[in-house]
Amino acid sequence: MDYQPPPFFSRGPAPLVRLGFFVCLAVLLMVLDARFRYTESVRQVIALLAYPLQRVALAPGELFGAAAGFFTTQVSLKQENEQLKAKQLQAANELLTVQALRAENEQLRRLLEARERLPRHSTLAEILYQGRDPFSRKVIIDKGSQQGIQPGQAVIDDIGVLGQVTRVYPLLSEVTLITDKEQRTPVQVLRNGLRAIIYGGGDSGMLDLSYTAANADVLADDVLVTSGIDGTYPPGLPVAKVSRIERDAAYSFAKITCIPTAGTNQNRQVLVLSREANLPAASVETESAAGKLPKQKRPRKRE
Amino acid sequence: MSFYEQPQRILLSAKAAYMALTLVLALLFNLLPWRDLIGLPDMVALVLTFWCVHQPRKIGIGIAWFVGLVMDAGNGALLGQHAFAYAFLAFAAIALHRRILWFSLWRQAAHVLPLLLASQLLMLAVRVVAGGAFPGLAYFAGSFIGAALWPTATFLLLLPQRRPESVDENRPI
Repeated sequence: MDYQPPPFFSRGPAPLVRLGFFVCLAVLLMVLDARFRYTESVRQVIALLAYPLQRVALAPGELFGAAAGFFTTQVSLKQENEQLKAKQLQAANELLTVQALRAENEQLRRLLEARERLPRHSTLAEILYQGRDPFSRKVIIDKGSQQGIQPGQAVIDDIGVLGQVTRVYPLLSEVTLITDKEQRTPVQVLRNGLRAIIYGGGDSGMLDLSYTAANADVLADDVLVTSGIDGTYPPGLPVAKVSRIERDAAYSFAKITCIPTAGTNQNRQVLVLSREANLPAASVETESAAGKLPKQKRPRKRE
Repeated sequence: MSFYEQPQRILLSAKAAYMALTLVLALLFNLLPWRDLIGLPDMVALVLTFWCVHQPRKIGIGIAWFVGLVMDAGNGALLGQHAFAYAFLAFAAIALHRRILWFSLWRQAAHVLPLLLASQLLMLAVRVVAGGAFPGLAYFAGSFIGAALWPTATFLLLLPQRRPESVDENRPI
């Protein structure tokens, strides 16, 4: 018979065992999250727990504005109320016409908006705050899956490409900026049409035009626009401007640093573009089929 | 001069509800929209360390791990990153809790600083392995500020446990 301590001394497994267990669990989660993205549902559930806290955390700013307004008007509210009561009778007739005019105005505005709409469907969103994760460059916008935002949509501001929606919550979404270290954007040099891929520079807030041949025709002050071949970004949107080029004979690639065009740090209003619905399928199957049977396919297309 | 540079007081027992409340408030602080301020103290780490040092039987590695998970989801960070660091932090704080409380508050803070720094280093290592960018040395300022807040945190977090000042002149405590 083993000696057992009385139950009120028992402390469960040793701390080291517990640490081992929870570290393993954490590492498992991190690998699943970073490599396979299997944990989105877990994240959604826990984010639901954190959501009230987030709303409360955002509240003080909004509350302060509301409270300031409340107290300044409180002083004059009584006088104003009496004046308004007297005026209300006179204004009742005018009010009716104003309401009618307002309805008409709104209808006209809607018509105008319909005409000016972009070829792609787009959603206007506002940046709520910069992501709090210091290891990545992300912003949180105030539209989520309830408003039809989907992961992968492009986000632009009035002067250029800002980034891409990477994670969608019911009422918020997370936009990874083009300057994030893990973000790639397919671009084209506006002057000569040279295609390349631009890499986020991380903390520097700059962009790198990596894997461009050392003798490639890129000059300082060249404007880079989206090439549109990825199907995510519409073609021709300004992305960056080349700021510095270092060509070293020892390396086969030039080191080209660019400045992002869009205000990745200052703007508040952004536009979320929906994906192109009628994008031709570019799957591996169609490419291999085209390679194998070129003669059968081409005459059919001509007919 | 002695080990006790502050008068030792007999405290009331800590209430689990109060501990939970302080953790939620710390989470709230961490989830405030701080724009791109980088050297902010991690209040959750500080409060967790505090309770692990003072009440190691009521709070443990499991709770720290779960709180870390909430931080990850709320922050949009890599899922498990804070959980990993906080589990380690809780373990180290529990391992050191018998030693730390012998010291004065500022010396306690000197013990807490390496713990906070180590948890930040763990997060940094995890994120750099996962492909994140190094946020600059200002990132570590949070630990120093957090450790500097230790005496204040001790005062505030122990407030409800303080026995009311004695009115009875004959009572020894």
